[in-house]
Amino acid sequence: MGVELHKDLLSSIGVDVERHAKMMGMGLAGYQAGFMSQPNRPKAMAYFDWFMSEIQAERIAEINALKAQKKPAVGTFCIFVPEEIVVGAGGACFGLCGGANPPIADAESELPRNICPLIKSAYGFKLQHTCAYTQSADFIYGETTCEAKKKTWELLGKHHPVHVMNIPHMKRERDLKMWQEEIKEFKEHIEEVSERKLSLAEMLEGVKVINAKRDAMKRLDTLRGMHPDIMPISGKDALFISQMSFLDDPKRFTQKVNELCDELDVRIKEKVSVFPENTPRIMVLGTPIAPPNWKLHTAVEGSGACIINEEGCIGHRYFKDNVDIEGVQSEDELYERLMKRYSKIDCACFTPNQGRTDKIIQMYKDRKADGVIYYTLSFCHTYNVESHLVTEALAKEGIPCLVIESDYSPEDAGQIKTRVEAFLESITFKQKAEVFANK
Amino acid sequence: MFWGVDIGSTYTKIIGIGKEREIVNMTVIPTIFNQDKIVGEYLADKEVKMLVATGYGRHMLADSHGAPVISEIKAHAKGAYFFHNDVKTVIDLGGQDSKVIKMGDDGGFTDFRMNDKCAAGTGKFLEIAANRLGLDMQTFANAGFEHDKELTISSMCAVFAESEVISLIAKKESLANICYGVHESIASRLASMAKKFVLNPNDCIVFSGGGALNPFLHHMLELKLERKILVPEHPQLIGAVGAALSGFEVVN
Repeated sequence: MGVELHKDLLSSIGVDVERHAKMMGMGLAGYQAGFMSQPNRPKAMAYFDWFMSEIQAERIAEINALKAQKKPAVGTFCIFVPEEIVVGAGGACFGLCGGANPPIADAESELPRNICPLIKSAYGFKLQHTCAYTQSADFIYGETTCEAKKKTWELLGKHHPVHVMNIPHMKRERDLKMWQEEIKEFKEHIEEVSERKLSLAEMLEGVKVINAKRDAMKRLDTLRGMHPDIMPISGKDALFISQMSFLDDPKRFTQKVNELCDELDVRIKEKVSVFPENTPRIMVLGTPIAPPNWKLHTAVEGSGACIINEEGCIGHRYFKDNVDIEGVQSEDELYERLMKRYSKIDCACFTPNQGRTDKIIQMYKDRKADGVIYYTLSFCHTYNVESHLVTEALAKEGIPCLVIESDYSPEDAGQIKTRVEAFLESITFKQKAEVFANK
Repeated sequence: MFWGVDIGSTYTKIIGIGKEREIVNMTVIPTIFNQDKIVGEYLADKEVKMLVATGYGRHMLADSHGAPVISEIKAHAKGAYFFHNDVKTVIDLGGQDSKVIKMGDDGGFTDFRMNDKCAAGTGKFLEIAANRLGLDMQTFANAGFEHDKELTISSMCAVFAESEVISLIAKKESLANICYGVHESIASRLASMAKKFVLNPNDCIVFSGGGALNPFLHHMLELKLERKILVPEHPQLIGAVGAALSGFEVVN
């Protein structure tokens, strides 16, 4: 694998090469066992398999080549980053490692134990120097979506440059105005890093690139989830593509996702499904599922169901809206359009957040799903608390729902499987009962 | 014969039912290493028309014996319905899981809640506390009836709850009062899980799993939920009965 090939580069950006190689080995082995062994995968998955093998090698070399030309490299943990601006500047915007269990023990030397595993894992990767993305970032983009993150940036700032954008928790006129200011300030920060001014035309170009990427992902979401009898790709593969959307070069990624979608179009025409008929169709709601956290999807698809959509930040929430640049004449107009697009994000950090519940119910109906699993990371208070309101609304609609709270440790994998199996049994029982009652 | 095997974290329960759905074999053995082999040996000289596995070790039996599996939830629902066909809620306390199951009118379950990976709401928790006091489970449970003070264990983590027990010992609290505190803590956890499903005051509630063998816990649960709770004769076998019955239904 390419990690060996890029050893010098990795060590020059401060990666603990030996430890890093060991973790990459584990990640790849997990991927091979869990993904590449799936039967009847679309041929176009070959690209994503290649990308996985080069995830911390070839892609890191590409990012560092951009950096050598003074193009910005921005590492993120959230979908509130106006990546259009980074891409407009010719740079790379990428998600940082934060989905693995091993770095958590290291992180707990500085962070409290009872905050979410994503933050702890990400922080541990920095302390261990085992994430080549973190090491490549000119700065880490921080936001104020939760208390734990907000305060962690102050600690993380001691180890790596951080730029924090203040995301409001309400969407009133004055909050949105402030948000627009924050976007402008972010652009100025990108200019500082690139040591040059950024033009409106460049930013508009960045918007076009990211809009096209979101369109491709929406296309994939439709193909995998909107055909009740044919599921042309596994939920696991589709999740993985969502996860990679935060790492890959956006233009190449868009092209590869569209190629995959062309193949899925054919599969749907030819009725090629990777699941047997009458496989229960499950939607997953909630917190981000960062790689290599494949625990839930493995449990669900290993228990005879199929996941047809992720409502999370790694998923639908990320790609559902585009930036409308029709008729934009000035930078301020563009900032306003960006703000408008980003303020449509229904993150649980907002209050009130009824839009999210409405969207979930609509999505469930559109996709003719059979049930939903509300997944939250432990100590992710916003999504955890909001699960009560969402499940209440789902119950009113008669939508079967299972709530699962978990972290990155492997211990509860068996327990989760029991709950998922029981949930599926209850859905199939309900279906049978409905058929019986309608006779 | 239709067999149901429930491989739990502490005990493996084996049930055999005959043509008339009558229980003809009932066995409880400790769960150890290679449990699927042990079960295989036990059934080697017996007539096996159908074998259905449940419990946390169910997939072991599926792999080695090709047995169909059902979840513990479905198994307990079926088992409880077999003994009490007006059951509306099943509360099951096992070694490492606790669950509350809401029943439909025809033996199927419609909803359930289950503890997450935390051990504070499980039989393990009682076991840890009894060990700490140097008592076997039966003595530990019965001691609770003698309490004269309502101690509470406030920690939500089994590990910290154990240190709370230790500090109560150091404070020279009586054995009976500590027993009360431990049982109270677990009963209130189970009751809060159950409250969502127990709506009608006359609904039949069944308490199953090894935890239901504990008379003081049963008593505390009735106090917390303010109603009568039925415990079947062999509550720890309910899951295995459910597994055997689901095999019976497939064949017949």
